[in-house]
Amino acid sequence: MISAPDVVAFTREEEREEEPSAEPPLPEEYSVPLLPFGGPGANPWSKVAGSKFSRDFILISEFSEQVGPQPLLTIPDDAKVPGAFDLNYFSLRIMSVDYQASFVGHPPGCAYPKLNFVEDSKVVLGDSKEGAFAYVHHLTLYDLEARGFVRPFCMAYISADEHKIMQQFQELSAEFSKASECLKTGNRKAFASELEKKLKDLDYTRTVLHNETEIQKKSNDKGYYTTQAIEKANELASVEKSIIEHQDLLKQIRSYPYRKLKDSDFHPYEPECPLDEASASSEQDPAASEAAEPGDAHPYAHVPSYTPKLIKAKSAKCFDKKLKTLEELCDVYFFTQTLDQLHQIERTFRGDVCYLLTNQISRALLKQQSVTNFLFEDLALLDEKAPEKQHGGCQRLGHDAVNRKCLEELPTPKVVISLGSYKSSVECVPIKMEQEIEDPQDPTMTDLMAFEHQDNLDYLDADIKGSISSGESIEVLGTEKSASVLSKSESQASLPTSPSPQVGRSKVGSRRTVSEDSIEVLSTCPSESLIPEDFKASYPSAINEEPYADDEEGGLRFSPKLSLDNADEREGGPEQEALLQVDSACCMGKESAGFPEPPAELGARRGEDEDGVVSVPPQPLRPPEQGLPGPLAGGPDGASAGLLCYELEPAGGRDAAKTSLDECSDSTSYMSSAASTCSERSPSPGHPAVPAGDRHRKRAGQNALRFIRQYPFAHPAIYSLLSGRTLIVLGEDEAIVKKLVTALSIFVPNCGAYAKPVKHWVSSPLHIVDFQKWKLIGLQRTVSPAGVNMLHALGRYSRYVSILDADSKTLRCPLYKGTLVSRLADHRTQIKRGSTYYLHVQSVLAQLCSKAFLFTFCHHLHLPISERESEEAVVNRRMNFLKLHLGLANEDIKIVQYLAELLKLQYIQEPDQGGNPLLRFDYVPSFLYKI
Amino acid sequence: KSSVQTIGEEQIQNPYTELLVLKGHQDIVRFLVQIDDYRFASAGDDGIVFLWNAQTGEKLFELHGHTHKITAIAPFFSSDAFGENDQLMLTASADRTVIAWDCSSGKQIQKVSCFHSTVKCLTVLPRLDVWLSAGSDLCVWNRKLDLLCKTSHLTDAGISALLELPKNCVAAAAGKELIIFRLIDRPEGWNVLEVKRLYDHQDNILSLVSVNDLTFVTGSHVGELIVWDALDWTKQAAECNFWDSSLHTDAQPEIKLSQSPNETSVQHLTSDEECVFAAVGKGIFVYNLQMKRVIACQKTAHDSSVLHIAKLPNRQLMSCSEDGSVRIWELREKPQLLAEPVPTGFFSMWGFGRANKQASQAAKKTQENTTLYFLELVGDLIGHSSAVQMFLYFGELGLATCSADHLVILWKDGERESRLRSVTLFQKLAQNGGSEIKF
Repeated sequence: MISAPDVVAFTREEEREEEPSAEPPLPEEYSVPLLPFGGPGANPWSKVAGSKFSRDFILISEFSEQVGPQPLLTIPDDAKVPGAFDLNYFSLRIMSVDYQASFVGHPPGCAYPKLNFVEDSKVVLGDSKEGAFAYVHHLTLYDLEARGFVRPFCMAYISADEHKIMQQFQELSAEFSKASECLKTGNRKAFASELEKKLKDLDYTRTVLHNETEIQKKSNDKGYYTTQAIEKANELASVEKSIIEHQDLLKQIRSYPYRKLKDSDFHPYEPECPLDEASASSEQDPAASEAAEPGDAHPYAHVPSYTPKLIKAKSAKCFDKKLKTLEELCDVYFFTQTLDQLHQIERTFRGDVCYLLTNQISRALLKQQSVTNFLFEDLALLDEKAPEKQHGGCQRLGHDAVNRKCLEELPTPKVVISLGSYKSSVECVPIKMEQEIEDPQDPTMTDLMAFEHQDNLDYLDADIKGSISSGESIEVLGTEKSASVLSKSESQASLPTSPSPQVGRSKVGSRRTVSEDSIEVLSTCPSESLIPEDFKASYPSAINEEPYADDEEGGLRFSPKLSLDNADEREGGPEQEALLQVDSACCMGKESAGFPEPPAELGARRGEDEDGVVSVPPQPLRPPEQGLPGPLAGGPDGASAGLLCYELEPAGGRDAAKTSLDECSDSTSYMSSAASTCSERSPSPGHPAVPAGDRHRKRAGQNALRFIRQYPFAHPAIYSLLSGRTLIVLGEDEAIVKKLVTALSIFVPNCGAYAKPVKHWVSSPLHIVDFQKWKLIGLQRTVSPAGVNMLHALGRYSRYVSILDADSKTLRCPLYKGTLVSRLADHRTQIKRGSTYYLHVQSVLAQLCSKAFLFTFCHHLHLPISERESEEAVVNRRMNFLKLHLGLANEDIKIVQYLAELLKLQYIQEPDQGGNPLLRFDYVPSFLYKI
Repeated sequence: KSSVQTIGEEQIQNPYTELLVLKGHQDIVRFLVQIDDYRFASAGDDGIVFLWNAQTGEKLFELHGHTHKITAIAPFFSSDAFGENDQLMLTASADRTVIAWDCSSGKQIQKVSCFHSTVKCLTVLPRLDVWLSAGSDLCVWNRKLDLLCKTSHLTDAGISALLELPKNCVAAAAGKELIIFRLIDRPEGWNVLEVKRLYDHQDNILSLVSVNDLTFVTGSHVGELIVWDALDWTKQAAECNFWDSSLHTDAQPEIKLSQSPNETSVQHLTSDEECVFAAVGKGIFVYNLQMKRVIACQKTAHDSSVLHIAKLPNRQLMSCSEDGSVRIWELREKPQLLAEPVPTGFFSMWGFGRANKQASQAAKKTQENTTLYFLELVGDLIGHSSAVQMFLYFGELGLATCSADHLVILWKDGERESRLRSVTLFQKLAQNGGSEIKF
C-alpha cells in the first residue's frame, strides 16, 4: 500500500533516544528542543537540501476540468519568491492528493443530485527532490457550470522546512480553515444566486416550451403526435426535471447556514455579512440585501434586473465555456477577505520554525504569569487575541494553568514534553501530533486501547516498508489519525469506557497510501470522518445532514466491523444503501450521471475507501460535541494541544548551556537572522503579529546597549526607573532625548495594563500629576523664560525625580549600591545586538518579577501569623526574606518592594475602575553623577 | 536676614511617602472640610463642591449648585432627638445663596437665596441645633433652613469670622471690631442681641480661635494677638509686636515701618490647651497661655505667608503656605545647657492687673529654670505648584491639602498603605479561593 514512506528521519530520532546522555538532565522547564537534524556541533541553521525558492509562500491552485491542475496565484505575489520552483509541477502534485469525495451526484436511491458539503482535507506533502514541503488545504467550491457542480481548489503553504510544516500543522490548519471558510461562504452565496438565475432561466424556458407545445397541440388536427411534438414534450419534461433539481440544490445550499450556526463552535468568518443573509435575503428581498451589504460587490446582486434567457436543450460542451475565476466564484468581497487572511498567514509563519516555536512557548508561558506579566511585557503581546486561535497548544496550556488542579504542575510549563511520552509515541508513529492534554470526554478511548497493540504492529510494518525507501520524491509520513489514536491511547488511563465504532476506522486510517504514484502523504486529515474527536466539534459534519438526523443516529451507528470496510459495502451493500437512504446526511456514493468518468483522482479515492478512510457517513457526533466542556474543548485547536511540543527534546540546551547566556543568545540571534542558509531569508524575522513592536524592541535594545556603554552612571539611572522614581531626560535636542528615552523605556515597569508610563517628549513645565502618570519623561530644555520656569519646577520636585541631563551628561539621582542592575546592564557585556540585549533584559526582569511575585504573595511577610505578633516582627521577617531568601542587597530591596506594590495594586484593583495612579516616593538624598 | 529653614531630602520622620492627586476642581480650591472619619469635602472658586473618600481618594459626589465661588462651608451634623443622624453640609457662595446638601446622597436639599450680601461665614451651633450665616448681617437658621431671626445691617465690611462662645454667645469679627452677640431662645421665638463691641484691635481681625470654655484668642492684620476671657469678654493678654522683636533691635524705625503689614498679619490661629499657635506672616509663633509669652517661633517658616496651621498629636505642628509647601514641625525642648535667650520672637508683654504681674513673675522664673522650646522642621510636603490654601489632617488616614493649582492632594503613609494593600490582597485571594498562591 505504502510505496515509500520516508521514515528515516524518525528512525534517526529513535537512535538519539538511545544515546546515553552524559550530562545531568536539565530541569524540565529549562529544556530546549534539540534540533532534529544533525549531531552535536552541527550548525542548526543549515538546511539539508537547498530549495529552489527563497522563502515560504502560499500557493493557490485548482484542478481545472479543462486543463488539469494549475497554479492560480502565490502569496506573496512576487515572482521572485517561488523563483525557479516549478509551480505547475507542484500544483500537479498537490492537486492529486485530494481525497475528498467532493462531488455532486445522485446518491443511490436519491432522485436528485445532492450537494455534498464535504469538509476540507488537510494534507502535508513532501517533495524532497524539490526540497519543498507543503501543508495542503483542499477545498471544494460550487460552480453550476462545472462538472458535477464542483471546482476543486487547494491552498498550500510551501516551505523548505519540513519540520516547520509538521510542527505548525495545527496552527496552519486552523488558519487555513478560516481562509477556506471565508472562501466557501462567499462561494455559497454566489452559488445560490447563480442557482436562482438558472431557475429563472429554466422557468422562462419552460413557459416558452409550454407555449410552443400548446400551439403545436392546437395546430395539430391530425389526431396523433408528431415527432416534433414528442420532442417538445420530452424537452419540457427535462426542463421540469431540471427545475426540480435546481430547486433542490438551492434548498440544499440554503440549508447550510442554519446547520452551521447551530454549532456553537462555528464562527463564521465574515464580520459584516451574517451567513444567513447570503441566502435568506437574496431570496426574500434582494434590494434589502443590497442595502444591508453595502460593501458587498456581489456580482449577482442585481437579481431583479436579470432577464431570463432561453436555455437550449443541449448545453455547451464544457470545453467551450470559460470557467469562472476564483474571484467570480467567491464574490469579490470574500475573495479579498481571504487574500488578506492568507497574507496574514504568510506573515504569521514567516521565519524559522525555531523562532516560531520559541515565540509560541514564551507566549504560552507568559500567559501563565497572569499576575506579573503586565509589569514588563509587551502589552500589545498580552492583549493579542490572535494567539488563542493561532497557538492552540499554548492556549490550552494556559487554560490548564488557570484550571490547575494540582499545585505541583504549576511551575512546570507543559509545553515541554516529557521524555516518556515522547518515547512511547516514537515507537508507534513516525509523526505524531502529540496530545498531552487528555480529553476525558472522548468516548472512543477504551476501544482504542484495545486496538493499540495492533496499531503498533501496523506502524512497525509501515516502518519496515518505509525503510525500503523508493526513489519517489514525495512521501507519506503519517496521518493525523495516527496522532489521535496515539493521543488517545496515551491518555486512556483516566478515561471511562465507552465503545465506539470509530476505532476500526481510525486504525486503518492511520496509514495508507494515496496512489501508486510518487506522491505520499505526510499527514492528512482528509475528510471529517477522519477528524479525531477533538476536531469534530469544530469541523461540523456535512452540512446537508439535517437536524432530524439525530433521530436516525441509531441507523447510523455502524459497527466497527462495518465501518472498517464500509466503503466496499457502500458501493454494493444493499443494507448500507438503505441506511444511506435514510440518512440524508450521507450523500456519498455513486457518481452522478453528469459526472462522466471517475478520474484518476477518484480512483485514488477509491483506494482509500478500501481503507475505510473516507466516505464514512457522518458519525453521530452529538455526544462528544455536547459533552465537550467549555473553553478547553473544541475550537480548531482542540487537538493541537500537544502540537507545540512536537519533537521537543529535553536535551536541547546542551550546547547552549556551555556558553554564557549572553554569548548564546547573541549568536543565536545572529544566526537566525543573518545566516543565509536558513529558510527565512528576509532580513528580520518578523514577529507574528506585531512586527513593528519587534523593530521597536530591537531599536530600544540597541539604544539601551549604547546607553550602558556610554554612561558610567547607567546603573543608578536604571535603578531609578525600576524603583518607580520618575526619570527625566533633559536635553535640547529632541532626537537625542527621544533616543535615550527609547533606550531606557525597556526598564520601565508598567503600572497597570495600560500604556507604558513613558512620555517621549515634553516641553511644558512638569507638575506633580505628571510624575504620577509618567515614569520616564523626555523634557525639552529651552533658554526662554519658560525654560527657566521649567527648571525651577524641576528643582522644586527634585525629590520625586531623577534627572538625566543629556547635554551636560550628568545624572542627579539617589545612590545605588545593589547588585541587580549590574547584571541587567553590564557595560562590558558581550552582547552586540539590540534584540539580544532586549531579550537579556527581559529575562533578568522576568526573574525580578518572580521575586516580586513571591514576596507579594507570601502571606506571613505582610501579615502577622498570630494575633499577638507585633508589626515589628513582621517587618523583621519581611526584611529577612528579602535579604536572605531573595538575596537582595541594599537598594535592590526597594526595587522588589516597588514591583510588589505594583502587583498588589494590579491585583486588588477592581476591573471596572481604572484605579488611581499612586505616586510613591522616598525621602532619600540625591547625588550628582558626572562622566 | 534669616532665610527659610530647609530640610534635606532625607526626612526620616516624615511619614508621607505616597500621594494621590485628586483632580476635579477647575479653580482655586480654598476649603476642605471633614464630614466624618473617612470623608471630606472640598470647595473653591469654581463653585463646585466635591466629596471625597479620604482612604481611597475616590470621588464620591460632585455637587453643582452655586454659580459663583464658594465663600464658606460648614458641615452640620446632629443626631437629633429622633435619632436621625443626617449629615448636612452648608455652603455659601458669592452668588448670595446658601445651599444645604445631603452628604450621604449628594443631593441638594434646599437653597436659600434671600441674602442681601454674600455670606462670608457659616457657623453651626450644634448645642442649639441652629446655624448662623454672617455677612453684612447675622442670621440665625434652624436645621430646616427656616430663618429664625436676624440682626439689622451691621457693617459694610461684613462679618468675616464667627466664633461660638459659652452662654449662647457668639463673637463676630467685623473689620477691626469684635462684636459679641447673644442668642435668646424664647418661647415666642429666637432673638439675637448685640451685647458688646470691642475695639481693641488696630486692624482687621483675621482669625478667631477658641482655646477653651474660658478663653479665646483673636489675631489681626497688624500682628496683634489678644487673649480674651470668654465669659466677660475682657482682655487677658495681648501680644502686638511680633515684628518688633527682630534680632536687629537696633534697627532703624524706617525699616520697621517699611515692613509690609502682610508680613505680620495673623493669618490663622490654632490652639491646644496650653498654647496658641499663630501663623504670622511667613512665620509660626507658639504662645504659651500660662506663661503669657511666646515660647517658640520660626520667623520664616515658609517662603511666603503661612495660610493655615494645625496642631498634630506628638507635639507636631503643620503649616501650609502660599509658597505651595506644607511643613511639619516639631516643638522640641532646647537643652538647658545651650540655653540662651530666645533668639527671635522674644517679645515684651503687656499684662493687665494681677494677671500681668503673675505673668511677669512666671516669665522671670522661666528664664531662670524652665526649658525653652524651638520648632524643628521634620518634614515638608511638596506637591502643589501654587499656594496651599488649607489642609485637613485625617490622622493615620493621611492628609488632604488643597491649593490654588486646582488640585487636592491626599498624602499618605506609604508603609501603612502598603500593609493595607497586602491585607486587601489576601482577602481577595481568599475570596477567589486562590489559596494556592499562599505559601
